[in-house]
Amino acid sequence: RPFLSGPKQGELRCFKDTMYHKEKSIQIKNSASALYNNLSVLRIAPRRLTYFTVVHANVVNTVSASWDGLNYSHRQLQSKEPNVATSTSLIMQAAFCVLPSRDLLVVSSQKGIQMYESDGSIMVYWHALDTPEAPTAQAVFARGISAVSDNYICVGVSSGAVLVFDIPSKGSNITLSEVLEEHKEAITDIASECSGSQECLANLVTADDGGNMCVWKSGEEFQLLNKIPGLDITCSSVKLWKGTVLAGYGTGQIRLYEAVTGILHAEVNAHARWIYSLDIAPFSGLLLSAAEDSFVRVWHVSMTPETNSVEIAHLHNECVTDTQICGAKFCDGDGYAFAVTGYDLSEIIRYIQS
Amino acid sequence: MSFFVIDRTRHGLISDSHVMNDIITTMFNKKFLEELFKPQELYSKKALRTVFDRLAHASIMRLNQASMDKLYDLMTMAFKYQVLLCPRPKDILLVSFNHMDAIKDFVKDTPSILSQVDETYQQLIEMYTPLSNGEFQLIRQTLLIFFQDMHIRVSIFLKDKVQNSNGRFVLPISGPVPRGTQVPGLIRIFSCAGEELTRLQFKNGGNYSSALREGSFELFGDRVTKLGTNMYSVSRPVETHMSGASKSSAQHTKVNAAPNPLAKEELNLLARLMGGLEVQKPGSTDNGFRVNLFATDEEEEEALISRPDELSYGVINIQATKDQQTNAELAKIMGEFTESGDQSPSASSKGDDLLAMMDGL
Repeated sequence: RPFLSGPKQGELRCFKDTMYHKEKSIQIKNSASALYNNLSVLRIAPRRLTYFTVVHANVVNTVSASWDGLNYSHRQLQSKEPNVATSTSLIMQAAFCVLPSRDLLVVSSQKGIQMYESDGSIMVYWHALDTPEAPTAQAVFARGISAVSDNYICVGVSSGAVLVFDIPSKGSNITLSEVLEEHKEAITDIASECSGSQECLANLVTADDGGNMCVWKSGEEFQLLNKIPGLDITCSSVKLWKGTVLAGYGTGQIRLYEAVTGILHAEVNAHARWIYSLDIAPFSGLLLSAAEDSFVRVWHVSMTPETNSVEIAHLHNECVTDTQICGAKFCDGDGYAFAVTGYDLSEIIRYIQS
Repeated sequence: MSFFVIDRTRHGLISDSHVMNDIITTMFNKKFLEELFKPQELYSKKALRTVFDRLAHASIMRLNQASMDKLYDLMTMAFKYQVLLCPRPKDILLVSFNHMDAIKDFVKDTPSILSQVDETYQQLIEMYTPLSNGEFQLIRQTLLIFFQDMHIRVSIFLKDKVQNSNGRFVLPISGPVPRGTQVPGLIRIFSCAGEELTRLQFKNGGNYSSALREGSFELFGDRVTKLGTNMYSVSRPVETHMSGASKSSAQHTKVNAAPNPLAKEELNLLARLMGGLEVQKPGSTDNGFRVNLFATDEEEEEALISRPDELSYGVINIQATKDQQTNAELAKIMGEFTESGDQSPSASSKGDDLLAMMDGL
């Protein structure tokens, strides 16, 4: 299949306007809620399936789609404590976490964090947040989910804390290993190094409501390597690729920083409204950005290690008419296909390279 | 709702100017506002509709179920529009200030209500201006959950082309960008030393212009945004359409229809809110006058019968009377929300508390 490899700027530009076209949408049981990063995708090549998950209020919609387009199977999960029949709370995010030995579906809500087997069939772990008796002015919730290294899953909290969970290769003996307390504002998103390279010093970035970012190295004790201060503008979505932090902001800007030094490589006036989602295709360096302005944009990020330079070029636009987009993810590591969700939309829209 | 009442008053359909004053007096009742300003969970649709009903009936204005439904639909769709279209999350505060400015104008000749409105202004400013953009976005996202899947078509929006025939709002990809945002199109690449190396332009696919000036977050000032201002200022008929709503996405969430396990808390909250809302005792129904949102009585009746099930709000009838029957009704509602098998004493005492509070009204 067509494959964008070995980036030469001229080669890529000629694909611009017809680079992707719309494919058949997947219907979901509920409409998507307006939440950051409200789409997660898990590709299961051996079974020729892709899982998608979208949050609606206090429900997680998961759909498993076969690659031949013939079979769709749906499941809904609610955010509730085990053994308490009726408590539910609003869900902030649901995301697949891929570890060498297992894949988990992590759901973060106002009450706590749930971890399920990736098909949503069994809940393997529940962690309750310290919620006050009566509602307080300060909202309490968990948001920001990422697997990191071989055995950790990190989840952010509204207080600014980042919870680090130690995940065994199988079973439910998951434990809270550490609590990272560097952020003072609510965590928005967390990302781990996804290039597959073992050489990167930093392998985790955490972002908050004020746009501040912390760069970490995972381990028995996580090490803080760098802090990149924000400008009081929310960083709603963040990615880490080949040592570069890619961040999307409430002002519609995308910025690329060198993770360990905080050097600003590039700044893009990318969107006219709040960015809700960024994703990177690690094999090709394609970047996907989506915002409330109804646009999904595809970019190409290239690095020249000799000069330590990072560049970003614009490739393609898709406008989802009258829709505030809340989730956008590539469906594969090359960026051959991507999927999009929008507030009030009961479908997952898909695009594929022409 | 206030804008609607004023519009109808001007058209001579509501002949009593006290209606406006009564509604506003009730809405700005100190006890009611105290409850409103407390940190709390998002209301269920049922709860909000109940509060709205009580507010609407705080004056001698009386509406039938169908007209009430229509007024409520109008209000919720207008509010959804305002929250959705806010260019920046903190603009929802500017929208609230537009609402407040208009209310102040309505009651400028009544000093007692005016001082209450001013005090509320101060509370809004104190509570909300310190919030960060991220916190406002969280508020906005939570409000958008409430409005999710509502696609009732409103004539005034259809005519102005801000709503499509499928009930979804038009989101323009043109016009000024929000304050703090740049028009999309520029890529800047920097050297490690921080110098700009390259500038590239890309086509943004829209037709944007630079941001307008900042709106005022003070007690007085130009809010700049038109969201939240009187949508009836240009005179035209207002209708809502039900048929379109049932045709559009049939995937209405069933989540809200299931008994809300937090309803006990909610009923308590409602009771406290109602405690602050004094109901006009019409004495005899002759004193109240009916407002019909439809062209004829027959149309109104027809609208009620043909309203799709998923759009009936199932209003909780909480009346401030010492009626035996009403108390029994309330106790029954409380009983419905208690989990089956939960015979703990606390369940019944919460019900008793609620009834005692209602009795005290």
